[in-house]
Amino acid sequence: MLKINDLHARVEDKDILKGINLEVNAGEVHAIMGPNGSGKSTLASVIAGKEEFEVTQGSVVLDGEDLEDDAPEERAHKGIFLSFQYPVEIPGVSVTNFMKTAINESRKARGLEDMPAKEMLKLIREKSEMLEIDRKFLSRSLNEGFSGGEKKRNEIFQMAMLEPRLAILDETDSGLDIDALRIVANGVNKLKSKDNAVVVITHYQRLLEYIVPDFVHVLHNGKIVKSGGKELALELEEKGYDWIKNEAVV
Amino acid sequence: MAYTEEELKKELETKEYEYGFYTDIESETFPVGLNEDIVVAISKKKEEPEWMTEWRLEAFKAWKEMEEPEWANVQYAKPDFQAISYYSAPNSKPKYDSLDEVDPELLDTFKRLGISLDEQKKLAGVAVDIVMDSVSVATTFKKTLAEKGIIFCSISEAIKEHPELVKKYIGSIVPQKDNFYAALNSAVFSDGSFCYIPKGVRCPMELSTYFRINQAGTGQFERTLVIADEGSYVSYLEGCTAPSRDENQLHAAVVELIALDDAEIKYSTVQNWFPGGKDGVGGVFNFVTKRGLCEKNAKISWTQVETGSAVTWKYPSCVLKGDNSIGEFYSIAVTNNYQQADTGTKMIHLGKNTRSTIISKGISAGKSQNSYRGLVQVNSRAENARNFSQCDSLLMGNDCGAHTFPYIEVKNKTAQIEHEATTSKIGEDQIFYCNQRGIDTEKAIALIVNGFSKEVLNKLPMEFAVEAQKLLEISLEGSVG
Repeated sequence: MLKINDLHARVEDKDILKGINLEVNAGEVHAIMGPNGSGKSTLASVIAGKEEFEVTQGSVVLDGEDLEDDAPEERAHKGIFLSFQYPVEIPGVSVTNFMKTAINESRKARGLEDMPAKEMLKLIREKSEMLEIDRKFLSRSLNEGFSGGEKKRNEIFQMAMLEPRLAILDETDSGLDIDALRIVANGVNKLKSKDNAVVVITHYQRLLEYIVPDFVHVLHNGKIVKSGGKELALELEEKGYDWIKNEAVV
Repeated sequence: MAYTEEELKKELETKEYEYGFYTDIESETFPVGLNEDIVVAISKKKEEPEWMTEWRLEAFKAWKEMEEPEWANVQYAKPDFQAISYYSAPNSKPKYDSLDEVDPELLDTFKRLGISLDEQKKLAGVAVDIVMDSVSVATTFKKTLAEKGIIFCSISEAIKEHPELVKKYIGSIVPQKDNFYAALNSAVFSDGSFCYIPKGVRCPMELSTYFRINQAGTGQFERTLVIADEGSYVSYLEGCTAPSRDENQLHAAVVELIALDDAEIKYSTVQNWFPGGKDGVGGVFNFVTKRGLCEKNAKISWTQVETGSAVTWKYPSCVLKGDNSIGEFYSIAVTNNYQQADTGTKMIHLGKNTRSTIISKGISAGKSQNSYRGLVQVNSRAENARNFSQCDSLLMGNDCGAHTFPYIEVKNKTAQIEHEATTSKIGEDQIFYCNQRGIDTEKAIALIVNGFSKEVLNKLPMEFAVEAQKLLEISLEGSVG
């Protein structure tokens, strides 16, 4: 589904990604781990098409199509979803209104009519129940005054509403207490299917106890330096990132 | 698609004026220039009684002695008042019995503006008194209103048919000599609307007027007078669009509202005068005086959405004369490219237990300057007066400006005055977040702006709110996609 070939990217004059290769197939869960500053969040932003990052070499290919010329919203329409590490606030725009706009814009891109209100309501009810979200929450301004946990849960709620082909969860576990983490992880697990894929970006192994990856990749200094199964995450937790850093040097 | 700060700015600059077309209707236009003869000629043209002619001449005398104010935070080349024609009327005979008689091209203009009269008629009872280049060409729903004793007509008609009401109230809140533009308006006003709601009557429909400038180089001097008698209620809608012009067009309107004991007036405006090109050439000068008087337990609510004009100078105000009276001001002012707006309100607390609320939302983009200027004045006899003011500014890009000039004058110790102000900026992060959810940049800006303006949009009547929302999008949209 997703194929990243020798991807190099920079921001301003700083090279951050230095040759990433990654293949993600439908039905798979991949975890990308790595120390701070290794390029994890940059990778997520580049896949989503954030303009401030300049791709200097290589490609991101989704379902056989190179995404190079696609705007972020076009990538979203093709099924890429990014759960943000720091979701932004949009005062005065309710969660419901935001979701309605997002869904209808995606439908428009596919040549479909707006989703009928009744259907939209049903979808909202279904997904909010799944993620144990209070209905009152949906009328609040997007992320405004939300706690860290609420923000992350809201991200997963949006993922549930948009049903992406490829979901990238950028540090979704940061700022979550154990209960919120369980709810969020359960949500992701319920949304997982043989047709979609999930890329979990995380610093710690903790989230991977709940969202069990098929593959773990370790990112260091802009490159994937090690790949393996879920046991790699445990090994990493035990030995620390220095182990990888030293190994990379060798 | 790109949306860096630089590109965002570019997108916002490239907005074309949507209603920039010109209707070719034969008009009768006065020669340019202003003197006593022109004032008399206007009065004659409108078949006005002598007292009205005298009133105009008084105003003209005062105006000649006055100077154009310079205290506002706007810069523009002052209009040459001798280079303007002060009267222009569509040549087709005014007053039609049915729409069939109306010039088809005029009707087409209305359609392009989205103001199909047929549609309006069907819509939840909106009576439309259309002012096109100074003369009312169509008035609808008059009958229904007449049954309730409500008078809704052009001011010219009111001067002839209801002189006692006009004589009593015209200039009572905005005197002829109030300010430079009000004096000019008093001398040369061409037409406008008049509305009277009798005692205890609740006006069953929103009263609506669409203004429109249509002749090149013609100044517009509308005069509106709304009188709500004791215990009555009326909601009045005013909306404007204007065609593109290279030369500056002057618009100096006067609106007077009188809310007698226990009456309530809700006055909503959507203003979309031609803002000038993206290079700052052309555009309407909008110098408006709007003021309302509240008697005992009365309430006046101004709601405005302003997206147009090259230069705006406008302060819809409330004189809270009666005890327990209430004044409200809800405003959204959008400026883009080289637009300049100096707008706000005055709340004058004279009576006891008077209350006022001010919610102002300024949105600046391009190289525009957007100023809020507001006065809250509490008189020495105004016991327990209360005011709450909130001024929020939203900036787009790095070349625009937002300014707040709140004036508070309190002469009574029991007053409670609150003022809050915020300034924020649309961030690239907000736009990327929306993009990532499949919402393009143009739609994202509209969403963010609508969210920012929500408190005020909510105060507009339903159909008007939809229109206003559309207008906000048009005003800020770029050439994306």
